[in-house]
Amino acid sequence: MITLFGVFLLTLLVITAFGIVRAQHLFVSVMLTGIFSLQMAAIFFILDAADVALTEAAVGAGVATVLMLSALALTENRERPTRPRWVPVIVVSATTLMVIYATFDKPLLGDPDAPVHQHVAPWYLENTPRLIDVPNVVTAILASFRGYDTLGELFVIFTAGIGVLFLMANPSKPGAVSLFAATEAEGLRHHLVPRVVGRLLVPFIVLFGLYVQFHGDYGPGGGFQAGALISAGVILYALVDGEGKALEAISPRFLRGMIAGGALLYVGVGIAGMLLGGNFLDYSVLAQDSIAGQHLGILLVEAGVGLTVTGTLLTVFHSFAARDQQER
Amino acid sequence: MMELLLDIASWFLLIIGGAFVFIGGVGALRMPDFYTRMHAASLTDTLGTILVLTGIILQAGLTLATIKLVAIMVFLLLTSPTAAYALANAARLSGLAPERELSNEKRP
Repeated sequence: MITLFGVFLLTLLVITAFGIVRAQHLFVSVMLTGIFSLQMAAIFFILDAADVALTEAAVGAGVATVLMLSALALTENRERPTRPRWVPVIVVSATTLMVIYATFDKPLLGDPDAPVHQHVAPWYLENTPRLIDVPNVVTAILASFRGYDTLGELFVIFTAGIGVLFLMANPSKPGAVSLFAATEAEGLRHHLVPRVVGRLLVPFIVLFGLYVQFHGDYGPGGGFQAGALISAGVILYALVDGEGKALEAISPRFLRGMIAGGALLYVGVGIAGMLLGGNFLDYSVLAQDSIAGQHLGILLVEAGVGLTVTGTLLTVFHSFAARDQQER
Repeated sequence: MMELLLDIASWFLLIIGGAFVFIGGVGALRMPDFYTRMHAASLTDTLGTILVLTGIILQAGLTLATIKLVAIMVFLLLTSPTAAYALANAARLSGLAPERELSNEKRP
């Protein structure tokens, strides 16, 4: 049954991918990208990767679509017609054939003898209850065993946020009209229903984001997913009530503070571990009891991740929206 | 006996719900213009959602899953019509007029 679902979803995925490439109208491409992400999330879910599925659904189908649409507002709607170029076609075809050839050597899906299940995964599964004692092993690996990697990922997001700020930021003027101000002015009457429903949903989305943030030890979730969900909620608020209102609620200064503060919190937890006599990012020394220390460390580190992700996504969104207003 | 009745009821709801979703899909493909397509897709989607989720709730019984399913249902019942409304509204505002004359001769 799962195989059937998988084949069905993967077929749809290929069709959607062709649709994205073939569509001349960029708006259609963006919408199909959102659908593509949603299908990816479903595939991740049937592969039992609930954490990744949650991220993909929140970032890919939610936030990224809105960001692409805001970027689209800055450019033309249609792709310029180009002649077919044969070199890329040949390269892509050759790579595809090689990848397909490589899959013949791949172990079957869910095969217990597959190399990935033989290497470090059994150690993590065996030792997580003893060393960290959280039900969600993914969180244990992400935040504690592999804390360095996650710190690197966080710095990637941090750098991306700073890059966007450098490239696109303008000092936000008070009362600045934005991308969505036009709809706001003319559309109060026409867009009443989406506004009312949107306002109704925002608190629940943010609440769910907070749940995902702090429940990450026990269920699917954590800082990345929560950051994406919370920023999706705030972006929805910006869409229904105007960007100015969203900026009033969370000011650009505060957002920048969130970006830097989250990364600082992560590194701070690591250094605190060093000061207390452990290694960098060794949470066991943070409390009397080593397991309590691990719990505290994971909580703080995930909070840092959540802060930076929320701050970065919202800053990118506001930068695009403000840029549009400059151009007009 | 009770279990059997619940099973029958839930499968009945699931099949009817699936049929509605299917009819919605066919309608979205076959209807003549944008607004009638929207009408087919949105209405049957809402009804299909209610029926399918109620069917699953009957399967789940009184567990935590039921509460989650009810939450999903409330969420979908709020967002799905809103999305349909927003889509139709955006089409209307951008100047897409509904086709008035729909005679059989015009359609092959």
